[in-house]
Amino acid sequence: METLAALGQGFLVALQPTNLLWGFLGVTLGTFVGVLPGLGPALTIALLLPITYTVEATAAFILFAGIYYGAMYGGSTTSILLNTPGESATIVTALEGHRMALSGRGGPALATAAIGSFVAGTIGTIGLTFLAPTVVELALAFGPADYFSLMILAFVTVSATLGSRPLRGLAALAFGIWLGLVGVDLQTGQARFTFGLLELLDGINVIVVCVGLFAVGETLWLAHRASLREASVVPVRGSLWLSREDWRRSWPAWLRGALIGFPIGALPAGGAEVPTFLSYWLERRLARRPEEFGKGAIEGVAGPEAANNASAAGVLVPMLTLGLPTSATAAIVLSAFQSYGINPGPLLMETQPQLVWGLIASLYIGNLLLLALNLPLVGIWVRVLSIPQPLLYPGILVFATVGTYGISQSPIDLLLLYAIGLVGFLMRLFDVPTAPVVIGMILGPLAEQELRRALTISQGDPTVLLTRPLSATLLALAVLALLAPVLWRRLVRRNLAGG
Amino acid sequence: MQGWTRRAATMGGLGALGLLAGLPPALAAIDQLQLFVPAAPGGGWDQTARTMEAVLRGAGLVKGVQITNVPGAGGTVGLPQFVNQWKGRPNALMVGGMVMVGAVIANKAPVGLQATTPIARLTGEFEVVVVPAASPHQNLESLIAAFKADPGSVSWAGGSAGGTDHILVGMIAKAVGVDPRAASYVAFAGGGAAQAAILGNQVTAGVSGWGEFAEQVKAGKMRALAISADRRQPGIEVPTLKEKGVDVELFNWRGVFAPPGLDPEQVRALVRLVETMAATDAWKAELAKRDWTGILLTGEPFAKFVAEEVVRIEGILKGLGLA
Repeated sequence: METLAALGQGFLVALQPTNLLWGFLGVTLGTFVGVLPGLGPALTIALLLPITYTVEATAAFILFAGIYYGAMYGGSTTSILLNTPGESATIVTALEGHRMALSGRGGPALATAAIGSFVAGTIGTIGLTFLAPTVVELALAFGPADYFSLMILAFVTVSATLGSRPLRGLAALAFGIWLGLVGVDLQTGQARFTFGLLELLDGINVIVVCVGLFAVGETLWLAHRASLREASVVPVRGSLWLSREDWRRSWPAWLRGALIGFPIGALPAGGAEVPTFLSYWLERRLARRPEEFGKGAIEGVAGPEAANNASAAGVLVPMLTLGLPTSATAAIVLSAFQSYGINPGPLLMETQPQLVWGLIASLYIGNLLLLALNLPLVGIWVRVLSIPQPLLYPGILVFATVGTYGISQSPIDLLLLYAIGLVGFLMRLFDVPTAPVVIGMILGPLAEQELRRALTISQGDPTVLLTRPLSATLLALAVLALLAPVLWRRLVRRNLAGG
Repeated sequence: MQGWTRRAATMGGLGALGLLAGLPPALAAIDQLQLFVPAAPGGGWDQTARTMEAVLRGAGLVKGVQITNVPGAGGTVGLPQFVNQWKGRPNALMVGGMVMVGAVIANKAPVGLQATTPIARLTGEFEVVVVPAASPHQNLESLIAAFKADPGSVSWAGGSAGGTDHILVGMIAKAVGVDPRAASYVAFAGGGAAQAAILGNQVTAGVSGWGEFAEQVKAGKMRALAISADRRQPGIEVPTLKEKGVDVELFNWRGVFAPPGLDPEQVRALVRLVETMAATDAWKAELAKRDWTGILLTGEPFAKFVAEEVVRIEGILKGLGLA
C-alpha cells in the first residue's frame, strides 16, 4: 500500500509536462544510439553528464532512464534487418531475427521485439517497484563460486548456437575466449596476449568485436558475392503485423524471457547478455518445431529480446536499493547522482523518495512512449531492406567506423575492427558460426575471474563449488541441461523399440 | 577555423602584452584552457576535470575550457600522447594521480609522470577498511590478529591488482609483519561488484576509497574499522590505522600536470591559476559535495612529492610481486 502511494507520487512527478518532454527526448535519443552500431547508452550518458550542472536532478535522471531503455529497444532493429548487432546483448536476436527478415518477415520480427520489449520492460519495472528489497537480498547471496556455476550453466547454451557443425562452433567459442583473455589480468596485474601494446592492456572491447564480426564481416561477405544486385532479399511478404499464430508463439516466450532476464539482471555480476543466451537456449528446447530454429523462428526473437529488456530493469534493483553500480551505464548514472550532491546508497529511497519514485514512474511511461514510437516505425524500418545493398552497406561501414572510433578515439580499435571484420568474413566463407565468438568472449573471462576469486577465498579448495548449495544446484542444472535431451531421446527410442 | 585560430593567437599575444604591463598575469596569460583526461568520461579524473571546468568558468578565471579524453590502462595510454603531442603548450593541463604512478610501474610504461611538469596536487581520498555487518570482527585489532595468525584465511576485496586498494593491503601486511604476497586479495572490476561481495558476506574484509563505502557504513550494512588518513576526519567516527598501531598512511591523490617544455614564467602562470581556483568558495563547495579532501600542494614541493611517490609505490608493488 505504501509502495503504491509512493509510486502515485512518482507518477505526479514524471507526468509533469517538462519531465514528460525529457522522457520523450531520452527514449528518442536512446532508440537512435541503440540503432547506431558502437554507440551505447553508457557513452551517451557520459557525454551528457555536463547537463547536470544546469538541469534539475529529476529531469536529468528521467532523461538518462529514457536513453537506457531506448537503447535496449533500438539495438534489435539493426540485428534483425541487417544482421549487424551493434551491441553484445542483441547478437542472439540476429540469429533468428535476420532469417525472418530475409524471408520477408522483418515486420513481425520487429513487432515481436518491440512488443516483447514493452511487456518485459513493464514486468521488470513492476518487479523493481514491488520486489526490489527481496530480489536484492537473493542477489547478495551469490558469491564467486555461485557465479562460476551460473557461467557454466550459460556455457551450455552455446550448444543452441552451434549450428550443424559442432566442431566449428567450438572453435569459434575458443577464439572468443582467447579474445576475452587479452589485457591485464585483474587478479595478478600481469599482461596477457598484449604484444607490448599499451592500448591492449584494458582488453579488447566487446562492442568492437561485435561490430567487426557482424557489421564489417557482413559487408565484406556481401561485397565478395558477384550477384549482389540479385540478392534474394524480400522486403515484405504478407502482413507487417503479427498474425494470430505469431501472437500465440510469442507471448509465452516474452514471459519466460522476462522471468529469466529480471533476476539475472539484478545479480551484481549478471549482465544483460547471459539472460539472452539462456532464453534462446530455452526457447529452442521448448519449441514445438525446433527444426525451425536457424531458419527464422519467432520465439528466438521474442524470448531474448524480452530477457534483454527485463534485465535492464533488473540492473536498477541493486542501483536504487543499495547504490551498487553493476553495469557501465549504472556506474555513469551514479556519478551523475554525485554531481547533485546525492550519495547513492542503501538510504537513497528514504532520503530521495521523490527522485527515486519519479524515476521508477518514468520507466513505466518511457516503456509506453517507446512502444508508441517503435510500432509505427516498423513499417519505415523494414523499407531499409529495399535500399539497394551496394548503397546500404557502405553506409553501415561508415557508421560502424565512426561509432567504434567514438568509443575510445583509438586508432588501434579501428585496426582491430577491420581485422576482426576480416575474420568474420572468413568465418562466413567457411561456414563457421559467429555468435559463439561473442558468447565465449563474454562468458570466458567472467567464468575465469569468478573461479579464481572463489579459489582465493577458499584458499585453493575446489570443493566450494559443490558444498555451496546455490553453486551445487546451478551445476546440477547445467549437467541436466546438457544430458537430459540425450537421455530423453534414448529413452523414447527404447520405449518405441520395446513397444 | 582559420579565423578562429588567428583570433586566439592574437588574444594570446595580448595576454603576453598584459603580462609585460603588469596586469594580473594568471588572468591574462590563460584564456582557453585545455584539459587532458587520460581516462574515460565519468571516472574520477574526468569528474575532477569537469569540476575544474565549472569552477574556473564560473569564477571567470578562464574564458573557455576544452576537455579531451584519452582512456586506457590507468592513464598510461594517454600519458605518452600528452608528453609528446602536447609538448610546449602553455595552456594545457593533464589530470592524473597516484593510480597513474602505480600503472606506469606495473605496466612497465615507457613514459612516466617525471616527463611532465607537475603543477599541483588538488584532492585526496583516504581509504577505509571495512568488514560486513555480520562479521565477528568488531575492531581492527581482531581483524589484524586473525590476519597474522593465518594470512591466507582473511580475504580482502578491492579494486584491480596493483591499484590503490591492493597497495593499501600490501602496506598493512608489511606494517604488521606479514608477507604481502601471502594476503588473499580478491580483485573486482568496479566498485559495485566488490561492494556486493562485502554486503553478501562473501569475503572477510573490504578496502576502498571512503566515498565509495561511506553510505553503506552510515546505513549500518558495513562496519568501518579504520581509515588511512593521517588524522581523524571531522564527522567520521572511525579511527585511523596509525591510532590502531598500524603505521600506514595513504591518500589516493589527484592533481594536474603541464606538458614538458614550458618556461618558468608559463609554469608560474599555471600554478597561480590553479591556486586561485582552489581558493574559491565554489571549489570548496564541490570538495564538500563530492567527499574529496583538499590537500593542495603546488609547484616545486609537488614535483618533489611526485618523485618520492614513484619510489614509495615502486617499493610496495615490488613487495606485492607486481613490479
